[in-house]
Amino acid sequence: MKLPIFLDNHSTTPMDPHVLDAMLPYFVEKFGNAASRNHAFGWEAEEAVDQARKQIAKLINADSKEIVFTSGATESDNLAVKGVLEMYKEKGTHIITSSTEHRAVLDTAKSLEAKGLATVTYLPVDKYGMVNPDDVRSAITDKTILISVMLANNEIGTINPVQEIGKIAKAKGILFHCDATQGVGKIPVDVQAMGIDLMSFTAHKMYGPKGVGALYVRKKNPRVRLVAQIDGGGHERGMRSGTLPVPLIVGFGKACELCEQNMAAESARLTAMRNRLQAAIMEGLEESYLNGHPTNRLPGNLNISFAYVEGESLLMGMKDIALSSGSACTSATLEPSYVLRALGVGVELAHSSIRFGLGRFNTDEEIDYTIKKVIEIVTKLREMSPLYEMAKEGVDLKSVQWAAH
Amino acid sequence: MAYSDKVVDHFNNPRNMGSFKKDEEGIGTGMVGAPECGDVMKLQIKVQNDTIVDAKFKTFGCGSAIASSSLATEWLKGKTIEEAQQIKNTDIVQELNLPPVKIHCSVLAEDAIKAALADYQKKVGDKTEAAT
Ligand SMILES: Cc1ncc(COP(=O)(O)O)c(C=O)c1O
Ligand code: FES
Repeated sequence: MKLPIFLDNHSTTPMDPHVLDAMLPYFVEKFGNAASRNHAFGWEAEEAVDQARKQIAKLINADSKEIVFTSGATESDNLAVKGVLEMYKEKGTHIITSSTEHRAVLDTAKSLEAKGLATVTYLPVDKYGMVNPDDVRSAITDKTILISVMLANNEIGTINPVQEIGKIAKAKGILFHCDATQGVGKIPVDVQAMGIDLMSFTAHKMYGPKGVGALYVRKKNPRVRLVAQIDGGGHERGMRSGTLPVPLIVGFGKACELCEQNMAAESARLTAMRNRLQAAIMEGLEESYLNGHPTNRLPGNLNISFAYVEGESLLMGMKDIALSSGSACTSATLEPSYVLRALGVGVELAHSSIRFGLGRFNTDEEIDYTIKKVIEIVTKLREMSPLYEMAKEGVDLKSVQWAAH
Repeated sequence: MAYSDKVVDHFNNPRNMGSFKKDEEGIGTGMVGAPECGDVMKLQIKVQNDTIVDAKFKTFGCGSAIASSSLATEWLKGKTIEEAQQIKNTDIVQELNLPPVKIHCSVLAEDAIKAALADYQKKVGDKTEAAT
């Protein structure tokens, strides 16, 4: 077993070697510009892009013409929200989204609000992090032009009832955008069955390369139109100009094909591994609390708060395991995870959270090592924690007058 | 963020981690911070003849907060009350090489020292009052 162990597969994933193999010919040998219509170099590149578009479309049950390449999910989210608003602003400027979206959606919405271009409703989530479709329905006004709700959350892995939200959107004739970045390639995604009109995803979360993503844009029932946010040569049906990064796109296509082939087996393997990790940690440590939905979540996700210890110190104590925490001490803002806060997790427990992200290349041996380390370090830091000491002495921490600063 | 070697050393080998009984003779206890802020520091001193003969800490917080309080206990030992008053958070920042985002962890340590000293002095004061 090699250290450090990578257990942060929600932040990014290592590239699958098969993906790299597929990409390699497209750097030096087959370097053409896919938009060059007049020579073999261009045709070769275009063919490779077409092939990748098919692989990608197939994974989400779309038509290959509905795939618009971008630089990643952040750009896709921006293009979807801003592009739809600009195109349909005569109809209305109200957008519905949820409070646990990725910042690529939330900050886009906030910036539109700040500029006075849109009004936004941020829906609450339940204690598991799920959006209630009834809340979506009752937030709709005659000015609503877009509903943007994510498929699976990047911190807690909770999966939203996207299909029901899609139905509501369709019935009201409102466009539905879904940030499916964490879900595509991990769980079945079907834009038809789910009633999705626009969908963001990215290659580097599914064992593909960094720097390429896609926005699915529905072509019929209804035909969705967008105002491009990057002007230029009119690539991608005029929705996103710029020379296509052919090697990245080829890798993206291959990554989608591999995910499709392996999804059932991989998801079963990761779910079992995750469940074992969860059970061992929660049995080994009192007062550890699961964040997110107990069952309805991504196969590789586990988010736990360890009462009385602070997240960053946990990460520091487990230096040879790459993990992430919702603690404020790891961020510049001093505010702990807004996602956990939205579920109603107390600030103290939000500071104490650790996210485990399991992926394709993790092994049972690595999980064994992680279980041992987590129990060891939490126990050690609790010994060091004045809060744990007080709790053991029977002091009710809520009743203490803290000198907050 | 990369931690300085000194922070890592204090984190891995905390000095003087533990607690004294609060009501023991000559003990001053300072508890600062709040769980909602992600940091709580408890610092205790044991004083004999105006000199700090022992110190202990317990900290809930990031690695830099743990290192700051561990260092503080090292520095406190052997100092007089007077000398201990002079310890500044900037000394801790310098010694541990803390980056700007971690300065508040050192401020917390200074506050904890001040609180422990004040608690000791209050206890002594109360006692002298009771005696007279
Ligand atoms: C839900 C979600 N949306 C968007 C993004 C941004 O993706 P990218 O890094 O491709 O811009 C991420 C990745 O952090 C994510 O998890
Ligand atoms: S205790 Fe939060 S940054 Fe140090």
